[in-house]
Amino acid sequence: MSFVLDQISYRVGEETFIDNVSLRLEPGSMNVLLGPTLSGKTTLMRLMAGLDRPTAGKIIDNGVDITGVPVRKRSVAMVYQQFVNYPTLSVYENIASPLRVAGLPKAEIEARVGRAAALLRLEPMLKRTPAQLSGGQQQRTAIARALVKQAKLVLLDEPLANLDYKLREELREELPRIFAETGAILVYATTEPTEALLLRGQTATLWQGRVTQVGPSATAYREPDNIDAARVFSDPPLNEVSVTKAGAMATLESGRKVPAEGVLSGMPDGVYRLGFRADAVTIGHPQPGMLSFPGTVSVTEISGSESFVHVDTGLGTWVCLVEGVHQWEPGDRTEAQFDPGRAFVFGSQGQRVTAPGLAATA
Amino acid sequence: MQSSAANRVGMALYILFLMVPIYWLINLSFKTNPDILASLSFWPQHPTLENYQKIFIDPDWHASFLNSISYVLINTVISVAVALPAAYAFSRYRFVGDKPLFFWLLSNLMAPPAVYAMPFFNLYSAVGLFDSIWAVALAHCLFNVPLAVWILEGFISGVPREIDETAMIDGYSFPRFFIKIFLPLIANGIGVAAFFCFMFSWVEQLLATTLTTVDAKPIAGMMSRAYSAAGLDWGLLSAAGVLTMIPGAIVIWFVRNHIAKGFALGRV
Repeated sequence: MSFVLDQISYRVGEETFIDNVSLRLEPGSMNVLLGPTLSGKTTLMRLMAGLDRPTAGKIIDNGVDITGVPVRKRSVAMVYQQFVNYPTLSVYENIASPLRVAGLPKAEIEARVGRAAALLRLEPMLKRTPAQLSGGQQQRTAIARALVKQAKLVLLDEPLANLDYKLREELREELPRIFAETGAILVYATTEPTEALLLRGQTATLWQGRVTQVGPSATAYREPDNIDAARVFSDPPLNEVSVTKAGAMATLESGRKVPAEGVLSGMPDGVYRLGFRADAVTIGHPQPGMLSFPGTVSVTEISGSESFVHVDTGLGTWVCLVEGVHQWEPGDRTEAQFDPGRAFVFGSQGQRVTAPGLAATA
Repeated sequence: MQSSAANRVGMALYILFLMVPIYWLINLSFKTNPDILASLSFWPQHPTLENYQKIFIDPDWHASFLNSISYVLINTVISVAVALPAAYAFSRYRFVGDKPLFFWLLSNLMAPPAVYAMPFFNLYSAVGLFDSIWAVALAHCLFNVPLAVWILEGFISGVPREIDETAMIDGYSFPRFFIKIFLPLIANGIGVAAFFCFMFSWVEQLLATTLTTVDAKPIAGMMSRAYSAAGLDWGLLSAAGVLTMIPGAIVIWFVRNHIAKGFALGRV
């Protein structure tokens, strides 16, 4: 019953947009495509939908090769980031559109549209045209149209990116529930790691047209398979530093030698790249077990109960997490306190050697 | 607002200057020939409907009006119908030579119709199309189809491609999508394109008079009959001139809303 992408690639001329992607999507599952802009999320969705045809590989639905089947013969629905509706039709007709084309009886159409409109709280707006709705209502109309079709594959391409945060939170909660009844395979593209974690389900991280990791969202977050997956799944961006381990000491890029403690303690000698998220570095007085790096503040981002302070340490600009609201001015001298027990260790090929809380696997 | 009074005066003067020739034409059409040739007068001294009567009772004049309107309407329908799929293709698809082809189409607009009069004359004589409204309607496609393609392409490119895709995903066949979803979206563009086709075809004289003789004589051809050995029939010509402006005015009245939106949105 599953939907399988079998080694698909998409190239136009010299440019590779999707590079040898294989995925297996199960009915009723929530699948998040996580990747930065231009990583190929939309292209991959268009291939899944059948709007574009892969230049290599096969798409198999329930054991049947549907690679060449045109989009209008497939059981698929799609919601775009921009609110796409038919401007000249009423909201009712917009939602009913796929059912009218399918030639369903009038009573059935009315029932299904009514149910979808109730779920998405569009009942008072059914007679209006999309231009008379707010952005959130327009997107709910698009979602309702995807819902009534009861398609097997529902593609949501950053559906909430253009909405304000309150609506986003609401709809993010509701979306999986709304589609749960239909048993559809949900594919949800987003640029935001937090969104991937909130949606749970399975996450595939995308980087430059390749899937760098697939797995349950929380696992993918905690145990990125490689440095690309870790970069994609980190917001604020992953802090990185290269080290050369020799015996009990490790040498940083700057030439500074530090004790090979924490994650590095059990590693064989060699060159590694450490990646650590903002929560593994803080600012303040040196504490036991922490490595201290003097640096200069370049930016402070305050996000509610926490502040992200960007500190230029001479080894790159690190983003440090500080509890509470603090205001450092650019240029302030400070010390970044790094917890060596909370770094991911990647090998020279970018493969993960170990992650915090895991036994060394190399 | 200090400038608004000046603005209004400026606007009034501008409109006045624009209206002078039109007023003068109307003025002449209600005068008798001796009146016209006598002294300058700003309104008819001896108002008469004689000029209009001549036109209304003469079947030749009716026929020429009818001929002109027929080929203009046929031309407008053909031009827009042919230009729609072409403009859609230019807007939505990339194909080898699409851009050069698009500009080559436009270059057709730059050649004076006189250049094409001779080849059309010869060709139509050979295939027996000569002296029919179809001859003129088809000849005018030469400049109206590229014009309509150019205008419509701008409007079509203003419609997000995602709407086409959403329709495909919803299961629409292409013709059904095009008629039910797409045409209403570019209604303003179609209005603007049709208006310009109508206008250019209506005012074009050279091809219209060269490609017809008796059966399909257009209004312009009829007007040339008013120049005779006995001199110019000023009043008659003026009345005919007033009447030729009417269809244009009617068309503008009907499509004025589309055109206003079209001018604001698209490529005109």
